[in-house]
Amino acid sequence: MTCTEFLAMLDDMIDNTVSREMRADLQEHLNGCEHCEVTLNTTRKTIEIYRSHEIYEMPTNLRDRLHKAIMERCKKGC
Amino acid sequence: MATIQSIANENEPHPDVALVERVKSGDISAYDELVRKYDRQIFRIAQHITQNREDAEDVMQDAFLKAYEKLDQFQGNSKFYTWLVRIAVNESLMRLRKRRTGKMVSIDEDIETEEGTVPRDLADWAPDPEQNYTQAELAEILRKTIQGLPPGFRVVFVLRDVDGLSTEETAESLGLSVPAVKSRLLRARLQLRERLARYFKRKKVPREKGVKSDVH
Ligand SMILES: [Zn+2]
Repeated sequence: MTCTEFLAMLDDMIDNTVSREMRADLQEHLNGCEHCEVTLNTTRKTIEIYRSHEIYEMPTNLRDRLHKAIMERCKKGC
Repeated sequence: MATIQSIANENEPHPDVALVERVKSGDISAYDELVRKYDRQIFRIAQHITQNREDAEDVMQDAFLKAYEKLDQFQGNSKFYTWLVRIAVNESLMRLRKRRTGKMVSIDEDIETEEGTVPRDLADWAPDPEQNYTQAELAEILRKTIQGLPPGFRVVFVLRDVDGLSTEETAESLGLSVPAVKSRLLRARLQLRERLARYFKRKKVPREKGVKSDVH
């Protein structure tokens, strides 16, 4: 397996959607290729960091504003 | 086992279906429940597309109001959340167009870019690299980094990897094909990785200070 072939399977590997046989091939490439190992690990880390850090906190009053707006709309007929 | 599990899940109606039914029969408190369940996610998506806090606030409000008004058009053959995201994405794009008058903004145009197709920065990262920054610094790095991506890449990444939608749900809520979502997701992931490497890669520590556990 070449690095390009490995890279084409990167998302499937991260999302855990590869067959057992394919996984063995990918693992074999990983064992001998430091570059792909780094790419896989740091891509996983990238996703994990974005998933675990909220970068856009919702303003706390926004929910109340929305609730009022919906009730207002509702009075006009719902 | 896995197959039995997935069949069972398919037959079990999504909890949102009952909430939507209650709203349709006039119980507005059920809509509040749906709002509380998804408002943060909708706000986040709107922020990622519009890159403007005021716009994102308006989008969130308009999207939930519009969804409420159009609820009888919701057929229930997709998830409520997927349907809601589609409304929010459209509202976000409308805001964006208003701001950049005349300039076409679209998330379905594909961006021809070499960036992210081949990883270039192959240095390993420090273990738990985010711990080298304060929460505020880290948030700023993450914002700046994702803002550099084309809007269509950003939103695919956020829906798939942050929100946890499936590829099919992401495609449906964005009006994209499944292969388009897949190709953008890979490039988005690799571009973010490449850009974050600048901040997170292992720093070369001068030898005399010692590199203890780093030496293999
Ligand atoms: Zn390789």
